[in-house]
Amino acid sequence: MKTDDLIAMLASGVSPVDAHATRKRFQSALTWGVLGALGVMLSGYGVRQDLAQAAALPTFWVKLAFPLAIAIPAMLLTLRLSRPGMPLGKAWMALPLPWLVIAVMAIATLTNSSPDERVPLVMGSNWLSCAFNIAWVSAPVLLGMFWAIKGMAPTRPALAGACGGLASAAAGAVVYALHCPEMQMPFLAVWYMLGMLIPTAVGAVVGAKLLRW
Amino acid sequence: MERNQTQKDGVHRMQAEEDRLRTLLLQGLTGDAKAYQACLHGLGAHLRGFFKRRLASLPSEVEDLVQETLLALHNQRHTYHSDQPLTAWVHAIARYKLVDLFRARGRRDALNDPLDDDLQVFASSDTDASDARRDLSRLLEQLPDHQRLPIVHMKLEGLSVIETAQATGMSESAVKVGVHRGLKALAVLIGIQTV
Repeated sequence: MKTDDLIAMLASGVSPVDAHATRKRFQSALTWGVLGALGVMLSGYGVRQDLAQAAALPTFWVKLAFPLAIAIPAMLLTLRLSRPGMPLGKAWMALPLPWLVIAVMAIATLTNSSPDERVPLVMGSNWLSCAFNIAWVSAPVLLGMFWAIKGMAPTRPALAGACGGLASAAAGAVVYALHCPEMQMPFLAVWYMLGMLIPTAVGAVVGAKLLRW
Repeated sequence: MERNQTQKDGVHRMQAEEDRLRTLLLQGLTGDAKAYQACLHGLGAHLRGFFKRRLASLPSEVEDLVQETLLALHNQRHTYHSDQPLTAWVHAIARYKLVDLFRARGRRDALNDPLDDDLQVFASSDTDASDARRDLSRLLEQLPDHQRLPIVHMKLEGLSVIETAQATGMSESAVKVGVHRGLKALAVLIGIQTV
């Protein structure tokens, strides 16, 4: 087939492209993913008993805002990484900020507490399960995100996968925070962050294979 | 002085070309086949110039890569953001396909070529197409009927969706899906063949 014939073939009867297709695709991926994450959280763990009392404490809102503040720039970067040749812009800089804020608050908490309180502040009562629970709750979001990115053309598949993984994990962590009773900043800084890094790593490894086109 | 002037002219020419092709693409994305064909034609010539410069040692690969990249541009046309310079989008896709080719040929050394030197896909244009070595119509024959027939009727014979649906006994939406998935499957077949 000659190149001109190929061009004629591609152009003939070409169907119009919905200018909002990408936004809609990522929106539905996120909606179904978060609903799935809620399903996993409610069926596997349940909402914390003292939600009403906890909601009166600022710490509770910090705990929701922390992963949310990661989810938004990560989502934005994932969208940009999904389009060939799209500059990533300054959103990168926003990515570590939420963790830095939490880490500073964690250090302040630890320095103000007596030495024998410090270990429980970091470890909480369920440190072992927390990181894995966050990864597990965010799995439906990760599936949706991969479906959405797969429909695009990331020229750096591993990076797009990692970024999509982080966005999914952060959304999952927001959902998981409705269950998790831990309220100490040191715990958040270590275990929530590690929990979010698991799907990030999975996204990078799987993305390098699966998101090629 | 004189050299500056030549450079300035070059920049102006590339900007004019960027604007022209971008306008055609945006029209094409609304379903204007004629504008879309003109756009692909212009992009094809630029891609040929771009690949020829980078595949000086593999001239026989150029036309195959031009075709593969044109198919990729078509299949991924929904990923173009209208705020984005067209050059950046085309360059990223062309570069991705070029790196794929190098990887398939195991020429890791070639990855050290200055691929990032410029974004000037539109700097040169070459309408002198040599024959592609890979025959896409052969690959097209390997597609299953529900993808091949819609492509043959609609894209090669120029029938409408309704006419294609009648000719094949498929539903209209199945015809549209068949064309869309068939062209993506064709890109996958090219990838398998290259490796």
